[in-house]
Amino acid sequence: MGKDFYQIWVYLSATPLLGLTMTLVAYQAGMWLYQKAGLNPLLNPVLIAVVALVGLLLLTGTDYQTYFDGAKFVHFMLGPATVALAVPLYQQFQKVRKSFPVILVSIFAGSVTAVISAVFVAWALGASEATLISLAPKSVTAPIAMGIAQAAGGVASLTAVLVILTGILGAVLGPWVLNALRIKDWRARGLAMGTTSHGIGTARAFQVNAVAGAFASLAMGLNGIATALLLPLLIGLFW
Amino acid sequence: MTLGFVTVLLVYQLVGEVISKSMDLPLPGPVVGMALLFAALLIRGELADGLRDTADGLLKHLSVLFVPAGVGVILHLHLIKSEWQAISAALVASTVATIAVTALVMVGLSRLAGDAQDGGEEPEDG
Repeated sequence: MGKDFYQIWVYLSATPLLGLTMTLVAYQAGMWLYQKAGLNPLLNPVLIAVVALVGLLLLTGTDYQTYFDGAKFVHFMLGPATVALAVPLYQQFQKVRKSFPVILVSIFAGSVTAVISAVFVAWALGASEATLISLAPKSVTAPIAMGIAQAAGGVASLTAVLVILTGILGAVLGPWVLNALRIKDWRARGLAMGTTSHGIGTARAFQVNAVAGAFASLAMGLNGIATALLLPLLIGLFW
Repeated sequence: MTLGFVTVLLVYQLVGEVISKSMDLPLPGPVVGMALLFAALLIRGELADGLRDTADGLLKHLSVLFVPAGVGVILHLHLIKSEWQAISAALVASTVATIAVTALVMVGLSRLAGDAQDGGEEPEDG
């Protein structure tokens, strides 16, 4: 070895290559574990990647800005990906046109419940205002939720983590709650999973039933728009 | 994934950002862009194969895209440390409530509309 490891580390840690590569490697590792575990929602690949990267940054004493200088190339694609959500939304919409009014009201009810119940419980237990606003859009798909939190004065990165945790909780608790309520309609089961737990709930619904998956996917897109419209109104009402 | 349709997505995002900022909307620019594209697809009444493939390609890896932002939680670990009880309770209670309300409203309204689908097999899971 010509240079010692420390010098190479100093060089690499100042280039975007390291942050970008670490992000993709951590996610692939998470994906591998998730697939090994038979797509168990508890082993969510994003959560694994985030925990691994946070641990790595803390261990190596790397600051977030240095990491993000590389990772921002991945982060940038969130914008066009959010716009692209219009495509599956349109495809699912074509399939469910006739029950659309019923679907819209149900998702609206779910959206209001998600925001108010989360904010109320956290407020009652003494959470700070930054936490409350970051918590409010936690049932919405992450790219939209982070935009909503940012626009409302919350902490977008905290929202990203809360969104993932909500997805996992919904995927694990959802079937149990729906069975306890004796909901046998696949459309209602899918809609509830997608409204509550966005992409993670939708993936879970697709694993069990195609109709449930389609309704979950539609609910995910519409809940994003519903919450984006609702949250500023609710904040104006209560703050 | 074709460059042409990636450009289309970026143009919608850009127009969304301009509308969001110029009208001072509380909606993020990309969400406005998504709503515009959805409206355009409804008006047009058909979906180009290229756009479908480009969107599929991008959305297949959607979850990796929020890893960098998620790692940003490192800047707010103190918040989680001091408020984890309130946060956990809120997440669990709200998740159960949202699932229950959404499903019950959907089933109730379907019955009112004479469109109930309660029959069929018993769901064991999902």
